[in-house]
Amino acid sequence: MTDDIQSRLDSIAPLIVDGSPHAVALGLSLKALTPGRAVMGARYDESLIGDPDTGTLHGGVVTALLDHACGMAAFAGFGAKDTPATLDLRIDYLRPAKPGLDVTAEASCLKSHGLVAFVRATAHDGDPDDPVAIAQAAFMITKASKLAQERARRAYTEGRME
Amino acid sequence: MSQVLIETLMSAPYVARFGVRLERKGNELTGVLPFADHLVGNPLIPALHGGAVGAFLEIVASASLLASQPLQRLPKPIDVAIDYLRPARAQDVYARAVVARSGRRVANVRVEAWQNRIDAPVATLHGHFLITPGQDDTAAD
Repeated sequence: MTDDIQSRLDSIAPLIVDGSPHAVALGLSLKALTPGRAVMGARYDESLIGDPDTGTLHGGVVTALLDHACGMAAFAGFGAKDTPATLDLRIDYLRPAKPGLDVTAEASCLKSHGLVAFVRATAHDGDPDDPVAIAQAAFMITKASKLAQERARRAYTEGRME
Repeated sequence: MSQVLIETLMSAPYVARFGVRLERKGNELTGVLPFADHLVGNPLIPALHGGAVGAFLEIVASASLLASQPLQRLPKPIDVAIDYLRPARAQDVYARAVVARSGRRVANVRVEAWQNRIDAPVATLHGHFLITPGQDDTAAD
């Protein structure tokens, strides 16, 4: 069963960034995706600076990275069948990310049952024990996400998204 | 009012790339996020990326804090809680903030984003920001 989910996750992994224009625009990358866990990265880039005086990344970059990583962990937690929609996302910004360093987000799905999944995530710039932000989020399978998933599956089987 | 810092915020590479605009009528500030293909999170719905909507709300929160009082530095987010109420469709998003409290160090802000109807919000943000109150930089204000 777990292997089954893993093979499904592996087959869909290339779409997790490439299938999302905003993730592509921010230069996000998928580092690991296993049942209930997702690791994603955001590269430091001058075009993502939020405070020109300090050169730190904009908080919004970390927000988008955490949202995407949490969403993927929820997707994996739901058994890689339906794409969930974010219900809420709470972020504590513990400290600014250091200029020049890439940021990594590690998200774990704590619980998923029925339509709702609960996810916790940490973002760090090199040392997982010294995070820049922590997040907690809830996701839900909605009608819109179910319909989108069906379209994706159809497109995938027809080979259009390979 | 911190006009110079509002310009700093809006011209920061990330914010400028986003294409966010501010529209001011009297003391009321509305943020506008013009639709662009790179804001889409899931092209199959299609819906804007939750992170893009969240980032837009954070930008409007910062801009509103700067517009409501003189600050020495850009506000720094301490924490934010974002509720996603409806899928944000592939069209422009608007947002307005209410500064619930602004103290000597911390400000508490609520922001609401909408698309077609202001009474049908797509997302809300509630956050705390570290602020550094300072001198007014607009003589006429």
